Amino acid sequence: MSGEVVYLVFALPILSFIIILAFLRPLFKGRPKVSSYLGIALTGISFVLSLLLLLGVYSGKDLAASPLLWLNLGNVDIKFGAIIDGLVAIMLVVVTFISLLVQIYSVGYMRGDPAYHRYFALVSLFTGSMVGLVMASNLFWLFAFWELVGLCSYLLIGFWFDRPAAANAAKKAFIVTRVGDFGLLGAVILLFTQTGTLDIGSLHILATSGALAGSVLSWATIGILMGAMGKSAQFPLHVWLPDAMEGPTPVSALIHAATMVAAGVFLIARMYPLFEYSPNLKIVAIVGGFTAIFAATMALVMNDIKKVLAYSTISQLGYMFLGLGMGGVSVGIFHLFNHAFFKALLFLGAGSVGHATNTFDMRQMGGLGKKMPWTFACFVIASLSLAGIYPLSGFWSKDEIISSASEEPVLFYMALVTVFFTAFYMFRVVFMTFSGSYRGEKEHLHESHKEMVIPMVILAVLSVFSGFFNLNGGFAHLLGETDVETMGIFEVLSHPAAIISLLVALLGIFLAYAVYKKQWLSAAGLTRVFYPFYTLFSKKYWIDTFYEDILVRRFLVNGVFEFFSLFDRYVIDGLVNGAAKAATGVFVFFNYFDHYVVDGLVNGIGGAAKSVGKSLRHLETGQLQLYGAFIVLGIVVIVMTIFIVEVLV
Amino acid sequence: MLGHYLILSAILFSIGLFGALSRRNGVVILMSIELMLNAANLALVSFSKYLVSQPVSGQAFVLFILVVAAAEVTVALAIVMEIYRSHQTIDVTNVDLMKW
Amino acid sequence: MTNGLLSVAIFLPLVGAIIIALLPASPKLIKNLASFFALVALGIGLFLFFNFESAGGLQFETRVPWIPQIGAYYHIGLDGLNLHLFLLTLILGFLVTLISRDINERVKEHFVWLLVLETSILGVFSSLDLLLFYVFWEIEVIPMYFLISIWGSGRKHYSAIKYVIYTLFGSVFMLVGILSLSISSGTFDVTEIAAMDSSLLSQVLPLSTTFLCLLIGFAVKLPVFPLHTWLPDAHTDAPTSASVMLAGALIKMGGYGMIRVCLGLLPEMAEKYAPILLSLAVVNVVYGAAVTLRQTDIKRLIAYSSISHMGFVLLGIFALGEVSLVGAELQMFSHGMITGLLFAITGIIIHNTHEREISKFGGLAHQMPLASTIFIIGGIGAMGVPTTSGFISEFLTFFGAFSAGARIYTIISLLGILLAAGYILWLIQRVFFGPLRPELASSPDIKPLEVFYCAVFIFFIFLIGLYPTFLVDIIRPAVGLLIG
Repeated sequence: MSGEVVYLVFALPILSFIIILAFLRPLFKGRPKVSSYLGIALTGISFVLSLLLLLGVYSGKDLAASPLLWLNLGNVDIKFGAIIDGLVAIMLVVVTFISLLVQIYSVGYMRGDPAYHRYFALVSLFTGSMVGLVMASNLFWLFAFWELVGLCSYLLIGFWFDRPAAANAAKKAFIVTRVGDFGLLGAVILLFTQTGTLDIGSLHILATSGALAGSVLSWATIGILMGAMGKSAQFPLHVWLPDAMEGPTPVSALIHAATMVAAGVFLIARMYPLFEYSPNLKIVAIVGGFTAIFAATMALVMNDIKKVLAYSTISQLGYMFLGLGMGGVSVGIFHLFNHAFFKALLFLGAGSVGHATNTFDMRQMGGLGKKMPWTFACFVIASLSLAGIYPLSGFWSKDEIISSASEEPVLFYMALVTVFFTAFYMFRVVFMTFSGSYRGEKEHLHESHKEMVIPMVILAVLSVFSGFFNLNGGFAHLLGETDVETMGIFEVLSHPAAIISLLVALLGIFLAYAVYKKQWLSAAGLTRVFYPFYTLFSKKYWIDTFYEDILVRRFLVNGVFEFFSLFDRYVIDGLVNGAAKAATGVFVFFNYFDHYVVDGLVNGIGGAAKSVGKSLRHLETGQLQLYGAFIVLGIVVIVMTIFIVEVLV
Repeated sequence: MLGHYLILSAILFSIGLFGALSRRNGVVILMSIELMLNAANLALVSFSKYLVSQPVSGQAFVLFILVVAAAEVTVALAIVMEIYRSHQTIDVTNVDLMKW
Repeated sequence: MTNGLLSVAIFLPLVGAIIIALLPASPKLIKNLASFFALVALGIGLFLFFNFESAGGLQFETRVPWIPQIGAYYHIGLDGLNLHLFLLTLILGFLVTLISRDINERVKEHFVWLLVLETSILGVFSSLDLLLFYVFWEIEVIPMYFLISIWGSGRKHYSAIKYVIYTLFGSVFMLVGILSLSISSGTFDVTEIAAMDSSLLSQVLPLSTTFLCLLIGFAVKLPVFPLHTWLPDAHTDAPTSASVMLAGALIKMGGYGMIRVCLGLLPEMAEKYAPILLSLAVVNVVYGAAVTLRQTDIKRLIAYSSISHMGFVLLGIFALGEVSLVGAELQMFSHGMITGLLFAITGIIIHNTHEREISKFGGLAHQMPLASTIFIIGGIGAMGVPTTSGFISEFLTFFGAFSAGARIYTIISLLGILLAAGYILWLIQRVFFGPLRPELASSPDIKPLEVFYCAVFIFFIFLIGLYPTFLVDIIRPAVGLLIG
């Protein structure tokens, strides 16, 4: 097997997108399933190929894909190519696998939707773009696909575009992530200018050899971090992700839980040597640690099941950042890997519940455990995994992160508190949704279709076992780390950090059990006691309000932009129109001038002659002798004049 | 000697001018004008005699003037006649056809 | 043989215009004839394009004395600086004959003016003689005036007059600059003047005055803040065909003039005034985008977005880097296609819904799915999303400008793409998304012919986006020669 296979992994979903849009959508209007079958088939092949690549990399084969010259710019050029290493192979498997399962699930979930073709076309496009992002060997292409997955995310969040909330959320998602992309694009341009290359491998070498250092490296990593924070919804650019839940739930599972939002984590891992040699790795950890606890607090009080999961995703992405910042690539990416499975499963479970009850509001649920046993079981497994309960997958990766954070006490305690919150809010969801009695109005609740259940079961199995991947340090080896601490499956329980985090998680679950299952403590009472916090969390710290109402609406759109707009209309255009008016005024003046002064002068000379004549004509008496007298007088005057002049001169 | 002739000529001219400006009778005015013409003639022949080597030129002028004066007087008298017919008078102060 | 073909391509639309004007023909025949002439011209243009040697400098040249007493020549030719703009004009020239097929009022005049307009823009792009350039430049005003004031809408007379006066205001300065250059050098020929030592060019006016005079002429066209206010009015009130031509090809004359004349003939001055012009570029980008966000008329919004996008062109030009100039040239082509598409589809939407206030729209994606998809594709291009031409041209502009040293300007200009996402997505949300408004429920979707010409735009947007080498290889050698 040659490395060029990776291009096929990329091309197949794109091909699926093109075929669906160009042929299936117009030709198979009445049989929408054709699209889903095509998408599943091609994504399936992509998945198998990715798996082969992963095995190849794992077995130490030297796989490479020769790049293609795409654009020559004289001294510099841009190549289209792929990196094949452990990181890429793992990401490819995760992306194609989750995409495959989500598409299978969607066959049931999206049944009967009028835009079925469009849905599968976009999911295919997303899968292809995400593969492109992951494999890109050149930062230019990484950025290009980065934007494309953003576009797919936009189109899929706004999939049901007739809902104003969905349209709004889609726009918000794109614009907020673009704020981060502003930094990423700046970093790409800075790196390209300074090094003349965007090849990721070359950049690694430049960074490790010290050729790329100092303020350039520092600024570049800050830009990259900005991009990652936007995509991975880290504070303060986290606001788009909860709103993005307006999209179809399978999309939330694929894009907004497992893959695209993890692209930020992937990006930092991809550019890790740059961060390692810059002073900014600590910032990554701080951003992650803060976001983890910050988002978890909001997850505590949400009543919409998908919103809880969204804040949970933000919080877990924060963990990954923390892991990257404190531990290293494998620590962060391992959590990404495990999180992809259990979080996708949680979303699919939420989708299954929502599909049955027609709502995502947990206050309208309850008692679904009996009606939907498969969903219930899968959801509980995923929740336990997310909470970090031994020996499920979440435990392993979270434990690594927490123990690596122990060097920084503040971050360590923040992470621990987050573990508590995570366990609490997840089991709050579990108890509110599945236990007790049903509070909604829909009748005949039943388990979802089998095409929805099967993917959930597969993911549930993985949520249990994916954590064992790193037991012997296999995962870390795959990511090129050599001296790895290996932990046996039981030895780990002697590790103090592991014990503490496990106990904290159990405490969280117990509290949720006490409040929402047994009602030893009343939820309303807790709310009352922690009223200021409750308000703060449920109002999302007023950050959304601040951004949307104050920053964007009041300050920018109705403030600065309105000022510019008025400036344009009244000052600049006013000047233009004023100049035109002034010119017109001048012309009017010229007109008057011409009429009265120039013409007046001409007429005036005539008129003067006329009036002088009028008065002088009275001399014309008709008296002959008077005329004679004048003549004589004239002659006398002339003679006298001549005489005087002659005498004087 | 030229001076005497010129003085005479000036006296004649002044008499004629006075008559032309002061008399009311059209015919008398004509006669006065003739007097002025003749004063001029006298001056011309005097100049011709005393100042010019070829005296003919001055005399030729005079002869011309005589002829022209005759013709002029004829016309003038005809006008006077016509005025008399239409106005029943030859008093020029009563004739102001050229008034504004 | 190919050299003569260039003249044929330029004047064929004019010939078509004369034939249409003289022929007593039915409206249908007139429309077909106009499309035919424009199509043949486009065919010739494509033939020239594919016969162009990318590293061969000026090609297809014709140079015959025109007014030899003052050193004016009929000198035309194509190189990497104008070939793609020439092609762009031919493509748009053909497409607008299709776009205006639903014109039913004074049909003959409309198509005559469209064809005259095409010839004049082609002339501007291919002239290598300043006097010829100026003549074509001025001719262009006439058809545009009539197109706006007869077939326009809204305050069309005001807009048409404003357009003419603005253009003439700029032209006066430009003429002064041209005369100063040509009297000093004794020739109007661009290639000859370019070869001269610049100290010879300051005999009439100081070089900086000449430069600024020329620049004002081009800045009005591009347009550059604060000489931009004709643009929204003219674009908004013009008929669709004229808007497409105006936004697509005409304003590129400004950018092209800056490159060919300001930069090509007076490079030292360009360097001297670059900081001021770069600042104006940033103002154009940010201010233009900010004002765009406040527009309430759909066509006016797109018109304002052009100001922001032309700021990128200005940034690319006066960063004076090789890559930045390539970016600017590419951006001109790309913007021609993207904004051309947006104006075309907006024209269809306004025509079918009889509505143009953004606040009166809503949910159109249900009623006009095809039109909405096309609009969204155009919007994606305007936002500079990868795979569209907007992305690669903006990327090259930014990268080129940054690496040429205009760092702060570039960073601030990056805000432009952020704001672009804001105004495009907000527009899409308000017009196409949300529940359908009942008033719009009877609006028909677009017709096959309309789909066809939109598809041509889309084809070029993605062609350049996916395979920029196609144009970059032509532009780059010419830019290299220019800044040498």
